[in-house]
Amino acid sequence: MLKVTSIERGIVIDHISSGKGLKIFQKLSLDKLNTPVVLLMNVQSKELGKKDIIKIQDFIDLDLRILGLIDPNITINIIEKDQIVEKKKVELPQKVKGLFQCKNPRCITSIDTYVEPEFTLAKNSRRKYKCSYCEELTEYKL
Amino acid sequence: MNLTGRHLIDPNDFTIEELQKVIDLGLDIYNNPSNYSDICRGKILGTLFYEPSTRTRLSFESAMLRMGGSVLGFSDSNTSSVSKGETIADTIRVLDGYADVLVMRHPREGAPKLASEFSSVPVINGGDGGHQHPTQTLTDLVTIQHYRGKISNLKVAFCGDLLFGRTVHSLLKTLSRFPHISFVLISPEQLKIPSHLRDEIISNTNVEIIETQSLEDHINEVDILYMTRIQKERFFNEEEYVKLKDSYVLCKDKLKNAKEDLLILHPLPRVNEINYDVDSDPRAKYFEQAKLGVYARMALMALVLGVI
Ligand SMILES: [Zn+2]
Repeated sequence: MLKVTSIERGIVIDHISSGKGLKIFQKLSLDKLNTPVVLLMNVQSKELGKKDIIKIQDFIDLDLRILGLIDPNITINIIEKDQIVEKKKVELPQKVKGLFQCKNPRCITSIDTYVEPEFTLAKNSRRKYKCSYCEELTEYKL
Repeated sequence: MNLTGRHLIDPNDFTIEELQKVIDLGLDIYNNPSNYSDICRGKILGTLFYEPSTRTRLSFESAMLRMGGSVLGFSDSNTSSVSKGETIADTIRVLDGYADVLVMRHPREGAPKLASEFSSVPVINGGDGGHQHPTQTLTDLVTIQHYRGKISNLKVAFCGDLLFGRTVHSLLKTLSRFPHISFVLISPEQLKIPSHLRDEIISNTNVEIIETQSLEDHINEVDILYMTRIQKERFFNEEEYVKLKDSYVLCKDKLKNAKEDLLILHPLPRVNEINYDVDSDPRAKYFEQAKLGVYARMALMALVLGVI
């Protein structure tokens, strides 16, 4: 059995769907941290069957919007003195800005690249975002 | 309700009451042009046409000149500083110092919205890619009001390319906000309206929509027939294009069962989807529609300039 010691103080990103852990690790640039970080992959999970977990021994500023965009099932546990002191649920954001590009090749944001499109979650769609400039729908893919 | 200083990028930028104000003013100018021939003296319209659209540009220029104002701008981005790679932000920051109102036609979708974010004077979208064409919608609304007295209780048929036609998208979205409107959408299977647009119209309103491939089956029941061009380049199969294109050619014969007071509209230019034998039919109003477009633009510019 693989043993990973629990962290005394820091952040646990839990319930990551299996396979997305490494991508989140890269997206959040966790390799740049100076403190211990653990990525666990394919851990048994009652709800998900298998899941990935990331443990960070320290407090860092996490972009909850990007985590929600990647996987709204994710939970974030804040650990102090070996105890979970706070559980945060992430959610699919209603609005996002600057986190991804509009997929429409005719959109002005594909030429005038200083413009950051603001996307709004489309009605009747779980994952598609409407561009504030051209109104095309783009699905965020990690 | 004050439109002074406002941009018009998408017809949804204006409430129904605000659209109605533009329409009413447009028709008043049409009926009493001499009352308005001097209201824009000293005002300058800047025309930023990044792709050629002679009709739209001339309609705007005519509108400003008929109100006593002046016009400057470019109609070909290859001969302007834009060809050197200047961004829209920079072009606008310079040009809004030269003009009191700007109209922009751009091949990129969302370009006029971007321009409006950097402009201190009102920006009007003169067409952006396949996205929006709000002054065509104003033109269509003014035409409907002129011939029907009001914009309500109408069954409106759209026929042709409903997938890529920006004039259709703008008008559909806008008409669905007026009271008691229903739609008959006539197109080949491959050119139906985008599903997100249909969902939006249905979820925002209680509009009834019939989608069909047959013009003949419904022509007797509609109040307005909005014809559009089917674009050859959208088809992979030449034979199929020829077959479909011919099924939507409106001719005098097909109008036999249509209502006496039907309005036949078309954003123009037409290719072959309306036969020349329809032009003399009193129900054909597409050339009057183009003319009314000048008055729609006069009303819009007068209101955003705050000279009325
Ligand atoms: Zn876009």
